Amino acid sequence: MKQRNLVVVSAGLSQPSSTRLLADRLAAATIEAGPGIEFTVTVIELRDLAHDIANHLLTGFPPAALKDALDAVAGADALIAVTPIFTASYSGLFKSFFDVLDKDVLDGKPVLIAATAGTARHSLALEHALRPMFAYLHAVVVPTSVFAASDDWGADSADGLLQSRITRAAGELAAEVERREPVTVADPFALTVDFKDLL
Amino acid sequence: MQFGIFSVSDITTDPTTGQTPTEAERIKNIVTIAKHAEEVGLDVFALGEHHNEPFFSSSPTTTLAYIAAQTDKLLLSTATTLITTNDPVKIAEDFAMLQHLSGGRVDLMMGRGNTGPVYPWFGKDIRAGIPLAIENYALLHKLWREHVVDWQGKFRTPLQSFTSTPRPLDDVPPFVWHGSIRSPEIAEQAAFYGDGFFANHIFWPKEHTQRMVGLYRERFAHYGHGDPDQAIVGLGGQVFMRRNSQDAVNEFRPYFDNAPVYGHGPSLEEFTSQTPLTVGSPQQVIDRTLGFRDYVGDYQRQLFLLDHAGLPVKTVLEQLDLLGEEVIPVLRKEFDSMKPAHVPDAPTHASLLAARQEANA
Repeated sequence: MKQRNLVVVSAGLSQPSSTRLLADRLAAATIEAGPGIEFTVTVIELRDLAHDIANHLLTGFPPAALKDALDAVAGADALIAVTPIFTASYSGLFKSFFDVLDKDVLDGKPVLIAATAGTARHSLALEHALRPMFAYLHAVVVPTSVFAASDDWGADSADGLLQSRITRAAGELAAEVERREPVTVADPFALTVDFKDLL
Repeated sequence: MQFGIFSVSDITTDPTTGQTPTEAERIKNIVTIAKHAEEVGLDVFALGEHHNEPFFSSSPTTTLAYIAAQTDKLLLSTATTLITTNDPVKIAEDFAMLQHLSGGRVDLMMGRGNTGPVYPWFGKDIRAGIPLAIENYALLHKLWREHVVDWQGKFRTPLQSFTSTPRPLDDVPPFVWHGSIRSPEIAEQAAFYGDGFFANHIFWPKEHTQRMVGLYRERFAHYGHGDPDQAIVGLGGQVFMRRNSQDAVNEFRPYFDNAPVYGHGPSLEEFTSQTPLTVGSPQQVIDRTLGFRDYVGDYQRQLFLLDHAGLPVKTVLEQLDLLGEEVIPVLRKEFDSMKPAHVPDAPTHASLLAARQEANA
């Protein structure tokens, strides 16, 4: 069995949060979709890190709990990123977390994007907000993004379209992990060139 | 071990009174503070360089020369001298001049500067910060060591048959520290030349300082300047003291909460646990400072930031009194007793001159 790290970032604010519910279902489906892979799952609830994220923006360094979360993302073989849609886009907290992440750590990393909202009218926010943001960060965003509105959580759709999108997206994510070597994390203190070449 | 203070030269409103010192007041006050540093027995006064408000110190050698004229023993330094946007020729000239006027009581610390808008004002590009620091310092190093210089680089007009004047005092260039928070290239640069490395230390968790100093020590040995523990290390520190530690916390809190760099962010308690900031009694400052050695090894210079964030000059002078009377004598004794004999002190003009004479004998 291959050992791989799956990190789930959830920006839901309420308790319980439909964003976290969606994140958990995506994580479970990813584990299911990669039978040859043993995933170690780390869930990062951004609500718990909200103050740390604001402090990092102001001081330039992450407090310990946030540093652990940022390191976990850097060391992830796959990332599931789920946000509520606020005012037609990702939430400010979600964006701020990725703002304080070192810009190179998502380079080439498989990412599954997902979002929740009260109405299906917000569904394209995934395509016009999240996907370009992760493209900028050079992440490999899987083709299927998963959007869940209030309607999708209704009793009449328990086995319906939402689950089929989750399964499809999770399969794409697991396939990306399957064909990659485990991620290696660059040491930010390592010098990559000979000093004499810099002179 | 050398102890001193460093000033970033900010002109900040005192949040407890709403008063903002004028530039004239703040500049007079910095001279008073530097002179008092000598009076209470500190070794070093270092001044920052900025070319934007709300800072006054655009011309450090002018200020340092004025202080040199009114002090006897105080070593004058910088924190930092901008090796990116200054012309290295002018740095060579200014600091050699200061060296002569101060009788050799000068060294300097190179820094890149992280204020984006400043670079274009001096015709430079912040994205070239590291290459600028490397090329400019290579030229500065040469100008102080070779009488007639022919030189060509990427960032400055070429030099043909140029001699920087005055020549360094006794032909001994000022000792140079390289300051950096997180760029391994700068630790490498300090190691390559066998210069000192100064870790700002005050804005980041100690793990960063530990990694940077460790890298510098390892590379210092790699380039053949001595063993890793013989490398020359300086650290920043930030303290506020009252005899009763709760008084220190109560008095400093509004300054912390409104400070330009970290104000309106983490709490004072969070920041003191995450960084070397120590707010409390002189004994707490002693204990915390002695602990720095645990993660950087024996080091040569400790500078404290005291005058910032709108603290009134009277308070800063009281802080210097506490530092000089209660903290530094203990630190000096404790650090010296722990330091092995093969670990050198920070180079001074006298020690560099003696080493040169010995080499020539």
